[in-house]
Amino acid sequence: MAAKVKSKSASRSLSRDDYLRMYRTMLCIRRFEEKTDELFMAGRIKGAVHVSIGQEACSVGVCSALNQDDAILTTHRGHGHSIAKGTRLNEMMAELLGKATGLCKARGGSMHIADISKGHYGAHSIVGANMPMAAGMGLAFQLEGKGRVAVVFFGDGASNQGSFHESMNLCAIWKLPVVFFCENNHYAVSFHVNRSTAVRDISLRAQSYNAPGVTVDGMDVMAVYEATKEAVARARRGEGPTLIEAKTYRFFGHSRGDPQFGPYRTKEEVERWRKRDPLLVAEKMFKVTEAEKKAVQGEVAEEMAVAVEFAEKSPEAPLPSALEDVYA
Amino acid sequence: MREIMFREALVEALDEEMRRDENVFVLGEDIGQFGGSFKATLGLLEKHGPERIRNTPIAEEAIVGAALGAALVGMRPVAELHFIDFATVAMNQIVNQVAKVRYMFGGKARTSLVIRMHGGGGSSAAAQHSQSLEAWFVHVPGLKVVMPSTPKDAKGLLKSAIRDNDPVIFVEHRALYTVKGPVPEGEYTIPLGAAEVKREGSDATIVATSSMVGKSLQAAEELAKEGISCEVVDPRTLFPLDKETILASVRKTGRLLIAHEAVRRCGWGAEMAAIAGEEAFDYLDAPLVRVCAKETPVPYSPRLERLHIPQKEDVAAGVRRLVGVAR
Ligand SMILES: Cc1ncc(C[n+]2csc(CCOP(=O)(O)OP(=O)(O)O)c2C)c(N)n1
Ligand SMILES: [Mg+2]
Repeated sequence: MAAKVKSKSASRSLSRDDYLRMYRTMLCIRRFEEKTDELFMAGRIKGAVHVSIGQEACSVGVCSALNQDDAILTTHRGHGHSIAKGTRLNEMMAELLGKATGLCKARGGSMHIADISKGHYGAHSIVGANMPMAAGMGLAFQLEGKGRVAVVFFGDGASNQGSFHESMNLCAIWKLPVVFFCENNHYAVSFHVNRSTAVRDISLRAQSYNAPGVTVDGMDVMAVYEATKEAVARARRGEGPTLIEAKTYRFFGHSRGDPQFGPYRTKEEVERWRKRDPLLVAEKMFKVTEAEKKAVQGEVAEEMAVAVEFAEKSPEAPLPSALEDVYA
Repeated sequence: MREIMFREALVEALDEEMRRDENVFVLGEDIGQFGGSFKATLGLLEKHGPERIRNTPIAEEAIVGAALGAALVGMRPVAELHFIDFATVAMNQIVNQVAKVRYMFGGKARTSLVIRMHGGGGSSAAAQHSQSLEAWFVHVPGLKVVMPSTPKDAKGLLKSAIRDNDPVIFVEHRALYTVKGPVPEGEYTIPLGAAEVKREGSDATIVATSSMVGKSLQAAEELAKEGISCEVVDPRTLFPLDKETILASVRKTGRLLIAHEAVRRCGWGAEMAAIAGEEAFDYLDAPLVRVCAKETPVPYSPRLERLHIPQKEDVAAGVRRLVGVAR
């Protein structure tokens, strides 16, 4: 059986400042995604945008348990992971707007944010493609011997790719310091997890690789944090990978352009999950006061305004830059 | 004639072939209720049910392998992979299994399946969702490769592909899905291996594929105003290739420009150029010209992407170079 981790309260090892920082980062992700959505609908951001509204506790819970020199790999739905790992909003927003100051020089866009200086090894949008890379990072970290850990974020849908199984096995036989973090938001585009997989909990799949598999409440940032902390400690001790499954939900459509509900899910279902909004859960759990909330909201609004202004004022990416960096 | 969208023409083809032959079924990600990532299977679930319009998990290698397995025992599956970029995940099945088993097993295996995918850029989908990889498939003996440029061709060619006894890679261009064009009401098919002259002309031949056909026709229109007469030929199937139609045009005009959205090196145009060099060398009055994408991954920024992808202006400039008009 997959273990279930529940957090009823905040952890004893963290301070009030830590909680507020976590809450603040979650709010920052929410606001960033809302702004992204707004700019996309206004035609300012192009291409495909997959916002993570509803899944903020996963990003923040995981990254709060990591050191700066630990590595993450993410997916098409990676803005939240990026922010939680410390990626600067200014350069991220500039990337989305196709500006020269963008993190990836306007070549990557929303689906390919990367900030290697922060241990963020990129958003990879071929579903399942990031997991073998995580194994390789784990291998390098094992050889390096400094106790670094790689965390790979992926979705319920990605857990059906061969690359998931191949990578889990590799990490298990070599006891690589890798955490597989599955955000089970219950859908892969339109396909419900109950129809795409035959197991009740994706964490059960860890059994095939003789690795621990845990299922956590993905709307509860502390549950995610605790489970990740344990998995990271285990990885640092040289005991190999852990598969964490966080049950969560995306409040918006798969990508912008898809409706929030229908044809594959109902309005009622979305509303039911919205009652467990990770921000509300955190406010209650951390007993965030009205004054604290106001202050945090103000700070985040200010930070977002700065980021948008920075991005808007930045020059367009120069045309010749399209031809650079194909080779070293 | 009535006009319908490219994607509607594809849905009609699938619908008609599923009615015609109970061995035809479709499998792929989000093709059911959702109607496919670009709505090119919309409405089929309601008509044919979940057994024949089969939603799959995200598992491209399994999708193609399962389609092949079903074909081996008598079905005619249509596997839908969505972005051509995802076909790379299924390349083992496509290249090592699908393309090989008939030959390896002494010609006794049935491999009647269609693998649909959409390629190309222009939508700021960046490097992993914008590629034009069709030449990869043309390179593999055992595969046929279709690349329609109009709704009418899309329908007629998809019907032929489904009835064909060989594996067919069917490459659609995303920018074409909502393009409307005349499509006959009744039953018709278009044979694989038949090019079509989309515009007649006498000064230069433009061989263009997929999205570049429309851009080339626009360029030809502009060039006509300058007194340059272009013939635009669409091969429609990259393999088998209708060399006769294409080379007849080259012999007539003495000048050849090849336009495709894939990068230049080892693109399908390289094969076309080699064929022209081998079989129509004496007729060429000028070095041929290739108009292709820049040799980089596809960038996200719309401005950068526009630079990367060949545009109608690039075709026009190429023709002017070809006919010796400097501008
Ligand atoms: C190999 C591959 N197949 C299909 C897709 C198209 N696609 C993009 S996201 C997605 C769904 C992914 O579902 P999940 O892993 O659950 O992540 P979520 O979108 O729910 O965050 C699909 C099918 C892709 N990008 N790559
Ligand atoms: Mg999902």
